[in-house]
Amino acid sequence: MSAAATGSGAQPFMQTIQDAFASALHLMISLNAGLIEIVLLSLRVSLTAVLCAALIGLPLGAALALFQFPGRRFAAILLSSLMGMPPVVVGLIVYLLLSRSGPLGVFGLLFSPTAMILAQIVIVTPIIAALTRQLVEDLWSEYREQLQSLGCGPRRAIATLLWDGRFSLMTALLAGFGRASAEVGAVMIVGGNIDHVTRMMTTAIALETSKGDLALALGLGIILIVLSLGVNGAAFVIRDLTGRHP
Amino acid sequence: MIAAGNGRDGASILPLRLEGVGYAAGGQMRISDIDIELAAGPRTIILGPNGAGKSLLLRLCHGLIQPTAGRVQWRGSGAALRRRQAMVFQRPIMLRRSAAGNIGFALKLRGLGRSERREQIAEVLRRTGLSALAHRPARVLSGGEQQRLALARAWALEPEVLFLDEPTASLDPAATRAVEELVQSIHRSGTKIVMTTHDLGQARRLADEILFLNHGHLVETGPAAPFFAGPATPEAAAFLKGELTW
Repeated sequence: MSAAATGSGAQPFMQTIQDAFASALHLMISLNAGLIEIVLLSLRVSLTAVLCAALIGLPLGAALALFQFPGRRFAAILLSSLMGMPPVVVGLIVYLLLSRSGPLGVFGLLFSPTAMILAQIVIVTPIIAALTRQLVEDLWSEYREQLQSLGCGPRRAIATLLWDGRFSLMTALLAGFGRASAEVGAVMIVGGNIDHVTRMMTTAIALETSKGDLALALGLGIILIVLSLGVNGAAFVIRDLTGRHP
Repeated sequence: MIAAGNGRDGASILPLRLEGVGYAAGGQMRISDIDIELAAGPRTIILGPNGAGKSLLLRLCHGLIQPTAGRVQWRGSGAALRRRQAMVFQRPIMLRRSAAGNIGFALKLRGLGRSERREQIAEVLRRTGLSALAHRPARVLSGGEQQRLALARAWALEPEVLFLDEPTASLDPAATRAVEELVQSIHRSGTKIVMTTHDLGQARRLADEILFLNHGHLVETGPAAPFFAGPATPEAAAFLKGELTW
């Protein structure tokens, strides 16, 4: 390939990127209503999902760490495997559950934000539960005799371990949030990427890119990256705090 | 003054009787044929070389583990038993909260209200000379301070019996002296002391009566003075001469 041909091909491409970048910045700075709507919906869905997943995953992980029961090891392995479950498969399963003829079809939740929240709960809960189990198990091996000696029952022990592991557990929640907000497969399937209803940042990027509207896609992409940086920065700060309160 | 009624109301749980107590783990008897009676009053020191089963015996007494042979019998039964005992471990186990918070946690488990807790925390910190450290995170305190705090936490519960498992094993001489003084004060306040040590000097300083343990067997028991002046068994004599009987 000649140098001229490469140059002439690259010029319009770079131009497109630059234009898209400029438009993206404009969309962000002017607080474009469409963009804001998508960002807010994404945050609402992912934050709600992480909150619900935390309510399930924290006690579940702690209980797995504390209680001896048949199949405990299997449960731990299952949980770790579920952590790596492909979101599209989760999307498919939740789709089948929520579809008209499915067991939860009567609620008519398919293609609603609630459906997306449900799918993300399924994705995030194993992450939070598995990380919690590991963390609480380590703490429990240190605290067990002291708590038993003080006459601490299992429920209070779980609450104490979760509280004492709070800084590390925050990073588990952030990991869950990172995964939820970056996920596209599941919300695409159960949400349907309907404009003004279930259009999320990730699904909008997928759609706008295939349509060729790079400005919106890039703008959302930048926001996602900033969000990801923010989450990791927060995790860093929390690790620092943990260092100061070992 | 620390309010009575925490641990000392009602009938005494002493004497503690162990009848033919044994404990097996991994198909091996770690400790066997233990017959002792621990009465209120004298400071009991469980003496013996490393690996003799001292810590195990203490845990069996305190109920952290159950004997695989024989029985451990307190006077009385039920929840009162646990509430009238406390234990301090070789490595102090501090929760991730302030020094005062650690004591408050133990008192809360005993059902004390907020204002009662605050009074008792202040009182026990004053008695143990830790008032200045009240608001410091417990886990950043030095080893000696943490062990004194562990003793303060145990003392705040006003136990009838206090078990101590080599509480000075990892401390320097100054911290060791401070811990020993605290143990003496707790004993003077009317608490039965049952403590393990492999440190002969410490045993001489603190013991009223000796339980000498070797290879999981109770070799010799009796008042401290005659034991140190002229042990009845060759094993004890060898141990006192510094010839470890492995």
